[in-house]
Formats: sequence, structure tokens, C-alpha cells
Amino acid sequence: MCLAIPMKLIKIEGNKGIVELSGVKKEVSLDLLKEVKLGDYLIIHAGFAIEKLNEEEAKKTLEIWEEIANIQKQ
Amino acid sequence: MKKKNIKSKKILLSHGSGGVAMSSLIKELMLNKFDNPTLNELTDSAILKSTGDKNVCFTTDSYVVNPLFFPGGDIGTLAINGTVNDLSVMGAKPLYISCSFILEEGLDWSILDKITTSMAKASQKAGVQIVTGDTKVVEKGSADKLFINTSGVGILQKELFLSKNKIKAGDKIIINGKIGAHGLAVMSKRENFKTNIKSDCAPLWALIESMLSVGGIKFMRDPTRGGVATVLCEITENSDFGITIKEESLPIHENVSSFSEILGLDPLYTANEGKVIAVVTKDKASSILSKMKKHTLGKEASIIGEITNKNKGKVVLETIVGGERIIDRLVGDQLPRIC
Amino acid sequence: MKYITEYRNKNLSRKIADKINGYLKGYNGKISLMEVCGTHTHSIFRSGIMSLLSEKIEHLSGPGCPVCVTPNKYIDTAIAYSRLPDVIITTFGDMIKVPGSTSSLEKEKGGGGNIKIVYSPLESLEIARINREKKVVFLGVGFETTAPLIASTILSANEEKIKNFFVLAGHKLIPPAMKALLESGEIKIDGFICPGHVSAIIGETPYYPIANNFGVPSVIVGFEPIDLLEGIEMLIRQITKGEKHSVENQYKRVVRREGNEKAISLIDKVFEVKDSVWRGLGLLPKSGLYIKETYSEFDAEKKIKVKVEKTKTHPKCICGKVLCGTKKPYNCTLFAKICNPENPIGPCMVSGEGTCAAYYKFKKQ
Repeated sequence: MCLAIPMKLIKIEGNKGIVELSGVKKEVSLDLLKEVKLGDYLIIHAGFAIEKLNEEEAKKTLEIWEEIANIQKQ
Repeated sequence: MKKKNIKSKKILLSHGSGGVAMSSLIKELMLNKFDNPTLNELTDSAILKSTGDKNVCFTTDSYVVNPLFFPGGDIGTLAINGTVNDLSVMGAKPLYISCSFILEEGLDWSILDKITTSMAKASQKAGVQIVTGDTKVVEKGSADKLFINTSGVGILQKELFLSKNKIKAGDKIIINGKIGAHGLAVMSKRENFKTNIKSDCAPLWALIESMLSVGGIKFMRDPTRGGVATVLCEITENSDFGITIKEESLPIHENVSSFSEILGLDPLYTANEGKVIAVVTKDKASSILSKMKKHTLGKEASIIGEITNKNKGKVVLETIVGGERIIDRLVGDQLPRIC
Repeated sequence: MKYITEYRNKNLSRKIADKINGYLKGYNGKISLMEVCGTHTHSIFRSGIMSLLSEKIEHLSGPGCPVCVTPNKYIDTAIAYSRLPDVIITTFGDMIKVPGSTSSLEKEKGGGGNIKIVYSPLESLEIARINREKKVVFLGVGFETTAPLIASTILSANEEKIKNFFVLAGHKLIPPAMKALLESGEIKIDGFICPGHVSAIIGETPYYPIANNFGVPSVIVGFEPIDLLEGIEMLIRQITKGEKHSVENQYKRVVRREGNEKAISLIDKVFEVKDSVWRGLGLLPKSGLYIKETYSEFDAEKKIKVKVEKTKTHPKCICGKVLCGTKKPYNCTLFAKICNPENPIGPCMVSGEGTCAAYYKFKKQ
């Protein structure tokens, strides 16, 4: 029941926003979020942003993993 | 005719009743555009040149796509290229097309105008002639705007016999480019998403002719409705071999991947209209690939998998993280989901 | 795809899988882990991660597919509405093939029923704006991830005074189902893979009773292969290292401890919690969301009266037991014989995430 994808917020129009992922754009409702800013990554489910992705948190864990797996930087 | 008149002009029942209105529609929207000596004879049947001792291939398909116009094409381009490609993947040079229209009363004249123009352009590009046809108009509500049926005739170029029965373990599976674009281009129009995804609708004969010149091709099919996964399942059905494909080798545009993720669709099952899957001998695989890459429609050709003697009758995908799953047939159409 | 592809790394997957298998080397017996989210079921099968892990881990798929837990009566009601000439049914694609007692929305659509598949409830509202002479009914299924969307849409309809938009409320809540499974004692669950996006809404606290009162470790997990492996690693670590069984959050980049307060307040504003019937689990206390009296003008059940056929279920269908994890699809006498994706008898076979469909598609021998 949980299909939702992180997409970047590229435009805000009142309580609606335009989000984008690899060139795919969609207008979504921002009604469920308190505050957003351009450039935020939002979790999109059925036309609504349900949460904001915490990029600090994401970066932290990705760095730990890079160490663990000795991943080549691309 | 003034532009304003064309815009408001509609297809009426009289356009299908065999009288003056119908002649005028056929002349203006079909004869003038499809223009060739055989068609211009306007005989009940088209007379085609004899093929001597070569085999004739014959195919038919009906096109009911909705929406009629989508990024990268329309129902007209589909109707020509779909039938041209069904001949091409048999190794037959497509030559002649027949075309039947079923039009809904009230359809905008300008829509039919655009579509027949597309068909004329597509036929020219594919090197085929539309030599015969038919037009019917049905009452409003009896058809969804318009349906097109095209049948096609082609000639097998040499002693060519492509068959699943020739396939053996060790053979490689090649595709000419990136998958999933057509189905998602149509979906983007339906679901109101802005994407730069365009249908890959294109005629494949020229590419296939160059592939055949190398030799080593055992079987070909175009992965239209049901996508690459369906073709691979069809190949292994009731067979004594299996197929292994690697998820990381699947050629997919990033925007197609992303759009699929958003809607919960799988590009492996999404329709293509300008793709050919070929099963080829291992020793010819790289030469065939080099030849393909010289052609516009083969620039991104790649090997996506191979025939194995394990997992008989099945298609197994090695996932992106090194796990395994079985690719099975789809039931019905893929639908956007929330879960 | 940023924040997606990074979580699909092969090397890292192997390392985490090795770590998990390392924990299990000296472990006697099996560990049963249950996910309660249909999207998790799909992700697990799609990624093939279970083939990387020790056979000591038993994977159970619980009642997390909204399509699967929606009772026949709901589908029958939707079908009855679709047969009314002045009604347009709007629904997520997931529901279209689910069999009711004698028909399905797909069959009704084929028979001329006015049924539209939508990507978002906002599209349903737009259909209502354009077709003022019709009653537009949205099928409100899903769990806590989807409920706030429907709440927001009802509030928009209210603000714009759109009088022809209705919702047939069918939302369910996950924690009561988890509790019911543990209380039944019918099944051994050693750890829960908790739904990442439901948790984005409700936060961590609703899972505390599961860990504290039942002693079952519960980890909130994301949906990419690395997320799933990390979540399983956290569960197996807790169990094999003799740690105190607790709630942990693997999906910190999306799930906050307190959840999404604004979304929660929207749910509270529009819906009230009542007892609800779940397919296979029966009546669960305080487990369903129903539209409050304040917004009853949007409540299809109250405002559109229709005769619904008597509910029937196939006597041999064990979807209920499969949903709870007490039986596997291949234990069902109908599985892959009479009941298959072309002819589904129960919803477990219909939904892409339904356990039976997933088993049929990914594991069928």
C-alpha cells in the first residue's frame, strides 16, 4: 500500500508543486507538508507529497555504506 | 477548403455509404496521399507482381490505441509500422499494405486528415505501398473514434527459415535498443504526466536486412504488447531450454525507468513499437551487434541474455543485487497502482 | 535516479547478506519474519533478496495489501454503485480485478459500467467538477499512507462546495492487524518488517506495544533492496544477539519518530476510528477509518442508497489464512489450478502484491 518515490521539487504554486525525476514532471499536492522549499526531495504517493526526504540522513548512511562496501565513486 | 471549414467538418454516415460523399473523402484523404499506380486503378482487388519461386509472407493487425495521438506518433504510424515490422521479423521484405478504416460518426475530419498524412509518410519511410483499402462509418457510440486494420504482404528474401526449433543452449539474445518507451509515451498522455518520453515507433526492415546479411539469426520477434518479458516467455514455452537475463544488462532510458517506478509498472512488460529481439548463434553475436550499431535504429543494440540448458521452459532474471526471480507472463494490461 | 539507485548496489547487498548469514551460523532453528505491506512483498520478490539469505529465515507475507483485506461486501457495494446510471466509479488500478461475490469492476466495465481508473484521488475530484450531473464515487482503500490523501481531497471538495463527490470509505489501520495476528497465537512471528510509508505518516510509537507487550522486534524498513537487507539485518541481529526486542527505524531518511503530524491531523479531522471487518481476520476492534458525521455529505455509504447482493465466498478459498501467514499459497487446493491470475477466485491472486499472485509470478515451478 506504499508505492511512493522521491522526486525533486522544482516549482511551487500555492499548495501545489511541480516535482521532477529524470525528466518526468508532475503536479502534486503539498497539503500534507508543513514547509517545503525548491530543491527539496519529496516522497510522492498518488499525486501527493507525503514526506520530505532527509538528505542529511541519506548522505550519512550512504557514506557509511561506501566505507563498508568500498564502492567506486561514479 | 478554408481552414475553418476543415476544423469543424465531421465524418458523417454518408461518408461510408458508397456515394459521392464517400468518393470525395477517399480521394481527398487517401488517394491523394497514398498515391501509387496500383491503388489509383481503384479495382476491387489489387493485382500484385508475381514473386517467382520466393515465399510470400502475409500478416494482419488491427489498431485501436487510445489516445489516437501520443508523443512520437499516432494510430496511423502505428498501423503502418506495426504491420511492416510483423513482416520484417519473419525476414520478409515488406512491399504492400491494405488499409481498412472503421470511423465513428461525428469524428473530426481534421483528425482523419492528420492520421492519413501520417500513414502516407510512414509508408514512404518504410518503402511500402498502400494498394487497397476500405472505409466504413458506424453510428456514434458504435466505435471509439476510429479503428484501423492493416494487412501486409512481404517476400522472404532467401532460403530463410527462422524458427524457435533452431534455438539451442549457448545462443545469445540481442535487442536493438532501449525498451519500454512506446507504452510509457502512451501512458504519459493518459495519466497527465509531463515527460520527454517518445514512442519508438519505426520501420525495422532496413535494420533487419543488414542483420540478416551477417547470418546466424535463428529467430526474431518484435516485443509489442506485453513487452520483452512476454516474447522471452513465448520463446521458452514448451521448450527444452531456458533463458537467463541480467537486470543490469537491460537497456532502459532513465526517464522510462523513473516513470515506471512512479506508476508501479515494469518496463520489461511495457510495449515497444520499434524493437526487435533476435536469438543468434554465439559466434555471430558480436558481428551482428557491430552491423546493427551502424544503423540509426540499432545504435544502442546490446546482448541482454542467453539461452541455457538449465531452468528449462523458464525465463530467469538475475536481479540488480544478485538475487534471482522468474519472469512470468502478464495477465491483462499493466495498470498504475498505489500498492 | 537519485535516492533510488544508490540503494541497489550489488557489492553492498552481498556484504549485508553475508553479515546476516554470519549471525545465523550458530543459530538453531528458524526465524520467521513477516512483512505487513504489499509493496514490501512486491519489493522482496522483485529484488530476489531471499535467494541471498540463509534458509533459516522464513519469510511470511502478512495482511498488508489493501486489495486483499477489503471484504467482498465492499467490492459488491462498489459494483452495485457502478450499475446505477448516474454514478461514475473512480478507483486506483489495484481494485479493478478484485473479485466480489459474483463479479468484478473489470467485468462491470466490460459490460458498460462507468468505471474510471485514476492515479490520484485528485483526478476523481476533477472528474466530479467536469461531470456535475453525475455522482462520482471514489473507492477509498489503502492504509495510513493513503488515508490522509483522501482526507485532504474531501476537505478540498468541502471548500469548493462540490456536491457530487463521494468516497466509499474502506481504509484500514496496520497496527491493530499486527496486534490481532500476535494475539491469535496461531502463527509464530519472530520479527516484523514494518511498512516504511505507513510509518512516514504514523511514526514509530504505534509499534511500541508490539515490541514491549509482545516482545516482537519491529523494524521500520524502506523499499529498495539495500533497505530490505538492512532491515532484516537489524531484526536478525536483535534476535540472535539476545538484545532487548525493540522498535528500530531503518528508513530514517523518510520516517521521523513522530511521523507526519500534519497528515495525522488531516486523518483525525475527517475520519473516525471504528471496528472494521478484514477479509480473513474478521472483525478487528478500532481498525478502520470511517467518515465523520461533519463530512457525511461526502460519505457514499450514507448518501447513495443501493441494493447490494448477498455476500458469497468460495468455500475452498483460504485467502484469509494466507493473508495471516498461517498457510502458504501452495497449501490452497485452488492455487494454480482453478485459481490463477487469469481467473482469480480470491483477492490474494488478483493484486500484484497479493501473496498468491507474487508466489505464482515469481516462484511458480
